[in-house]
Amino acid sequence: MKRVWSIGIIRGLIFQLFGTGIGVIFFTTIRTILGLGWKTEPTIVVGGLFGAIFFLIGLGAFTDWWRAALGQEVLEPHEAHKFNGIRRYFEFTLDHKVIGIQYGVLSMILLSVGGSLALIFRVELASSGLQILNFVQFNTLVGLHGMVLIISILTGISAVSNYLIPLLIGADDMAFPRLNAFSFWIAIPASLILLSAMFFGGFETGWTAYPPLSVRGPMGIQMFFLGVYFAGWSSILGSLNLITTILKMRSPGMKMFRLPILTWSVLATSIMALTATQLIGLSFQLVMFERLLGMGFFTPSEGGNPVLFQHLFWFYSHPAVYIFILPGLGIISELLPVFVRKPLFGYKWVAMSSLAIALTSFLVWGHHMFTAGIEEYLRVPFMYSTLLVAVPTGVKFFSWVATLWQGKARFPVPMLFTLGAIIVFLMGGLTGPPAGTVSTDLHLHDTYFIVGHFHDTMFGGFVFPIFAAIYYWYPKITGRKLNETLGKIHFYLMTPSFLLMTFGQMRIGLLGMRRRIADYDPNLGFDSTHLLITIGGFLIAISVLVFFVNLIRSAKKGEIAEGNIWNSRSPEWSLLPSPAPINNYENREFRVVGNPYDYGLTGSKYVELIKSEEIKNEVES
Amino acid sequence: MKHIAIVTVLVALLTIVTNYFLLSVGLLPVEASTQATIIDKLFNTHFFIISFLFSLISVFMIYSLIVFRNKKGQDEDGKFVTGSTKLEILWTIIPLATVISFSYLGAKSLAETRIINPQAMTINVTASQWAWSFEYPDFEITSNTLYLPVDNQVNLQMTSLDVIHSFWVPEFRVKQDVLPGENLVKELRFTPSIIGDYTLMCAELCGGAHAYMNSPVKVVSEADFQSWVDLESKADDLNPVQKGEKLVKNNGCIGCHTLDGSASVGPTWLGLSGSEKSLMDGEKIIVDDKYLMSSILNPNQDIVQNFSPNIMPSIYADLFSKEELEDIIAFINSLH
Ligand code: HEC
Ligand SMILES: [Cu+2]
Repeated sequence: MKRVWSIGIIRGLIFQLFGTGIGVIFFTTIRTILGLGWKTEPTIVVGGLFGAIFFLIGLGAFTDWWRAALGQEVLEPHEAHKFNGIRRYFEFTLDHKVIGIQYGVLSMILLSVGGSLALIFRVELASSGLQILNFVQFNTLVGLHGMVLIISILTGISAVSNYLIPLLIGADDMAFPRLNAFSFWIAIPASLILLSAMFFGGFETGWTAYPPLSVRGPMGIQMFFLGVYFAGWSSILGSLNLITTILKMRSPGMKMFRLPILTWSVLATSIMALTATQLIGLSFQLVMFERLLGMGFFTPSEGGNPVLFQHLFWFYSHPAVYIFILPGLGIISELLPVFVRKPLFGYKWVAMSSLAIALTSFLVWGHHMFTAGIEEYLRVPFMYSTLLVAVPTGVKFFSWVATLWQGKARFPVPMLFTLGAIIVFLMGGLTGPPAGTVSTDLHLHDTYFIVGHFHDTMFGGFVFPIFAAIYYWYPKITGRKLNETLGKIHFYLMTPSFLLMTFGQMRIGLLGMRRRIADYDPNLGFDSTHLLITIGGFLIAISVLVFFVNLIRSAKKGEIAEGNIWNSRSPEWSLLPSPAPINNYENREFRVVGNPYDYGLTGSKYVELIKSEEIKNEVES
Repeated sequence: MKHIAIVTVLVALLTIVTNYFLLSVGLLPVEASTQATIIDKLFNTHFFIISFLFSLISVFMIYSLIVFRNKKGQDEDGKFVTGSTKLEILWTIIPLATVISFSYLGAKSLAETRIINPQAMTINVTASQWAWSFEYPDFEITSNTLYLPVDNQVNLQMTSLDVIHSFWVPEFRVKQDVLPGENLVKELRFTPSIIGDYTLMCAELCGGAHAYMNSPVKVVSEADFQSWVDLESKADDLNPVQKGEKLVKNNGCIGCHTLDGSASVGPTWLGLSGSEKSLMDGEKIIVDDKYLMSSILNPNQDIVQNFSPNIMPSIYADLFSKEELEDIIAFINSLH
């Protein structure tokens, strides 16, 4: 019992349970004192809120800050390695590599949950008529599928950036290790609260939660709001940490234009996440207040305006799309040169295109609202800005193609996923402009065409790249390679199934299939295509299952990865053993002496170890 | 240079093939309005650009992967080229120009779809969970089927009683959300161009039976439209049951209540009057006119067992006159 209690995550979960109870009792007491009776909805909100905070207390997330506030001594982060082995993954651990893996595991769990939710409603949609679900269940599944996967993506990119950024730039950890651990751990109660929406009656609004619909209807929506709200904290604090780390903790000689290119996209993503996430948090909070306190922000009969919500919501949720994909595009740019043995074409342009995408992404939110009844004079400017995004995105595509041109490509699994990412993202990119010009979007808006389009961008910009990244860096984490054959099965099963799924979606969308409907008219003739989409979805799930088997199996049985297995120039492969040592480059400090991607230039080096005398000199001077 | 020449030819060929394919598989539904024709023109331009860019990127990619790849037994580096400012500027400027001209085309297309005909017939559209109702102010007709005379522009003035809905008939292409709120009445204009039957679908998730929020749309010749108007205008001679039937069909009641005994969002009306009902609070009542009246006016007062409160709208006290309510009850009473 004591041993179980000493495990941080378990303590946290028990605390969350009790905290929720305390919140409920606390709130009910106050209501009783005020002479009010029981009211479920505000009570569960207060319970959820208490639960999340108690989780963090129970885990020990506040312990060090509390001690510091009292003037007591706290350990330096790099001395604070309290736990070893598997155990550290279940604790409030400060090492960025551990946190990266924690994020990664959470992301993969959420990916499975979110994907499974989709499988359920895909069974319902496989033929017309209502078979296994009722309307509320269907809508809840659709909404949770969206939001759970969004959080899976957010934690997935945090996994990549937390694990890799310090290794890529030669830092010994993130700038604020405690804040880093805090950002991860808050995502756990957030995910639990989000999923609990299912048990409080579900919600009917999809992930977009538009009022007035979200102001009415089942109260599961409150748990949805609360979960997203906490996940937003994770995102904001995490990006703050990354920006500081990238700007302040680079190795000697690593000028901004010598950063590994992934760092640039993480920087761009973090700038967006730091400045936009507040808007979704606040817009959801306003609806929460509207439900709880009767403040009519968005209800016309009470002087509110429902379109206002959509502006606030999309002001985050459009940049969010680029938050999701930029790190993935960075992974593509990072891996291509390694596998074609050729420099990244136009490094500076690729780096700047990330910033350009980040900037323009703030100007285009209105394109989600072309049919919403926004002011007439807004639609055309938003169309111009929306199509403008094609320019920096084009620069990326052309640079990748130019990198491939005359490159000596080889095709291990990470490269396959990188190429798959480019093709799938191309499909997403090409299907964007028809939805970007207003008059054609009047037809496409809220149809399966959009569903197909954004699944292409999400898979091309996140799912394929993150798989590439995992196949590529897994040996750095475990010291063992993932199995190539299973990897190839994964790839060759997933890619065609995925294309089948999204082409099917776009086809029926153009012909008149609306989004988010539990049933469709058999006379439309969509049954067979829907069946194919469902089959595609299940095949993807099977391929991911193969991947999970590979992940687990290879940790013990995989081929040992010795040395620089990919023959990469970047420091984590060329200088560090696998698995990466606990204090990163301690005693292996390096300086940057060349460009990161000068493959094919004989005798050139990117990084070089600083000799120990030199370090002493530097310290003395 | 040889490679570039081959690739150029391949790109051109693939562009033609892809574009032909996209145009011939029938990607879009019938063009049944003038607006659809305009919009499809822009779609076709999009399809061409898509074909070209798809071919450009994929041919270059696949060609280099096949031709330049690292052959078995080799272990070579690729050619050392770090970039080319000229090329980068080129593939920034050309897309930029394309994008701007495309936006211009898009704006022009939008403007064309929105040309106003001052003689357009106005129809007031009311959406509610989960039904549509159409009022023709010129003829004092209300209907739950949208009748439209062919080749005449209509001007829909749309509002919602509860949440956001969206007006969409795929064959007409244009779509417009329908918002609640007196100051947020939205306008949609289009000109149906082909006689036929279509379906209006709600395109914005509106909860519950969103999937079934459809209404028939009939585009008819002007003569047929006139005879429909004449027929409907005689509605005054109807008996109370018939009047009640029209009222419940036009006001969305049968979006939630069925007339045939099957289950839906709300209880069925078949055999309702005179039956014994269990309420949520455990009470049992016999359904009479008084109960029916209070169920319509204050839906949250007595909740039928196995159904939830707050689903049936509480707006009918303002919407109906006393006579109309009596007609509705007469209609419900007639269902056995
Ligand atoms: C949004 C769905 C919805 C609409 C629209 C709707 N109702 Fe209802 N109605 C319900 C539900 C749910 C119940 C059961 C809960 C309750 O008793 O309030 C109900 C109950 C009733 C009852 C009591 C039935 C019984 O079995 O005891 C009557 C009568 C009724 N509605 C009449 C109407 C009329 C008349 C209209 C149109 C003017 C209408 N309703 C529109 C959902 C709806
Ligand atoms: Cu609707």
